[in-house]
Amino acid sequence: MLGLILRRLSISAVILLLVSMLVFVATLLLPGDPAQAMLGQQATPDRLEALREQMNLNDPFAERYLHWLGGLFVGDFGVSAASGGSVAELLGDRIAASLVLMALAAAISIPVGILVGTYSAMRRGKAGDHAATGISLVLAALPDFVIGIALVTLFSTTVFTVLPSVTMAPPGEQVWDYPSQLILPVLTLVLVVMPYIIRMMRTTMIEVLDSGYVEMARLKGVPERQVIWRHALPHAIAPVAQVVAIQLAWLAGGIVVVEFLFRYPGVGQALVDAVTNRDVQVVQALAMLIAAVYVVVNLLADIVGIVTNPKLRTGGTR
Amino acid sequence: MTTIDTHSEPVTDTPPGLMRRIIRQRQAKIGLVLTGIVVLVAIVGPLLLPWLTGYTSTEFAGRPFQPGGMFGTDNLGRDILSRFLDGGLTLLVYAALATALGMLLGTVAGMLAAYQGGTLDSIIMRGNDVLLALPQLVFALLAITVLGPQGWVVVLVIGITHAPRIARVTRAAASAVITEDFIRASEMYAVPRWKILLKDVLPNITGPLMVELGLRMTYSIAAIASLSFLGLGMQPPTADWGLMINENRIALTLQPWGVILPVLAIAILTVGSNLITDAVARASATVEESK
Repeated sequence: MLGLILRRLSISAVILLLVSMLVFVATLLLPGDPAQAMLGQQATPDRLEALREQMNLNDPFAERYLHWLGGLFVGDFGVSAASGGSVAELLGDRIAASLVLMALAAAISIPVGILVGTYSAMRRGKAGDHAATGISLVLAALPDFVIGIALVTLFSTTVFTVLPSVTMAPPGEQVWDYPSQLILPVLTLVLVVMPYIIRMMRTTMIEVLDSGYVEMARLKGVPERQVIWRHALPHAIAPVAQVVAIQLAWLAGGIVVVEFLFRYPGVGQALVDAVTNRDVQVVQALAMLIAAVYVVVNLLADIVGIVTNPKLRTGGTR
Repeated sequence: MTTIDTHSEPVTDTPPGLMRRIIRQRQAKIGLVLTGIVVLVAIVGPLLLPWLTGYTSTEFAGRPFQPGGMFGTDNLGRDILSRFLDGGLTLLVYAALATALGMLLGTVAGMLAAYQGGTLDSIIMRGNDVLLALPQLVFALLAITVLGPQGWVVVLVIGITHAPRIARVTRAAASAVITEDFIRASEMYAVPRWKILLKDVLPNITGPLMVELGLRMTYSIAAIASLSFLGLGMQPPTADWGLMINENRIALTLQPWGVILPVLAIAILTVGSNLITDAVARASATVEESK
């Protein structure tokens, strides 16, 4: 089992390395000179040359790549071409703000999704099940910004005006000091993520409830509640863990649109700004950051899968 | 990595009644009607301008966010209905092109990986893993940073990001088919490889591929509309549903139609295509069971 996990770990490391190459190649394709972009058209040739030297633009590409990659490990993400400031400084607070958003969305959608999916499976074919399946089918189809706009229209502008539609924290204060501003962004993410969890939970739960050992447990007179909680649920969780992981990984990218919509000061908003300004250093750093979250979450899901799979638990099989 | 593959079972003979099975479901009918309405609006809409509303989609009709006309004016004082009618076609065409590109790349890569096996298989699947490590939107944003927000960039990058996901499904479906005897028979007759893939393998994996087609089309619409919404897809002064939402959302309290119309259209479209996809998935699953 340990060998399997180590193997999976090294695969993830290789994938991240290849992603970093892909992301770095993006700079090579960029038309124009980054130094020129930072200094503007009026820059003297001397200053351009000095800045190129300072940004290591005169080095061979391989060397620049290694320099950039080394920088990532020590938290040096380079210098923003748009603001001239350090990328790491620019992103510090924003990473925390985004993590809050993601964590809240995950903390709500996972348990609620599992509960609704289980409920739906237990009441298969009845009205409650139809409602849950229908709603999750519709929600799963809607793009995230459509859900977000619908919520804004409902709760903050047109129908009711009870919740703020944009995030506005004065500089120096943190977003979580204003919980009411978090409700709509978090709710949007929850509604985007949850349908997949509900659908997967329902499917696996139905499969498990039809299985021999659940029938056996019922036949020998185990109370229904115990059948669900002790016999069925644990078996249904493992495949759902994978879907949960995919959804969490999706959150890493999905926050981009939601943060932009609610003007939430996180990494997603920063990414959109950086793309609009064609600020390559920042885009690269954020792409790597999001890819890292994505890969790590998938890795964790696989490890959970390995650990919870009884066939691999004994160690003798490897 | 970690994709749950729900259609790894192949349809081993071309089901004659797949289409009929799809249509028979109530879900599919609702889906067809919903998508049909939006597609019709998107195609016929541009032809009705300026005859129906009196304005083209880029003409100024008055002051910004005023109630004039049927649905009022937008952020620059253009007629909202005109822009709405003109704004769907590019989205649909781009989404269709991106989906087609993704299906082509993904199916070829997936079938080759399954049929060829060995080194090529490993290279293709590991390449997939790398592409899958970047969320679709982030990949698209990276490409747009480098190449600029243009139509072909959006189509290309959405198509490319679909490919590994489709390749994975194709590979799983195809690898079950290629062990069948009729493939071995074709090989013995020295039928060229491309012919085996095209004539023997492809017709036997249409079920999962059709599901994938519907799914990717829904995602393409969402992704392209999202990019326009972020201001990084279609560029002004083009009339486009995603862009309209971006332009008019500041005045949601003043003149909500500029946002509500395109949001409704995109919502109906994606829900409709998702309903169809679901029906296709169910139809191809029942074909499998009944065989």
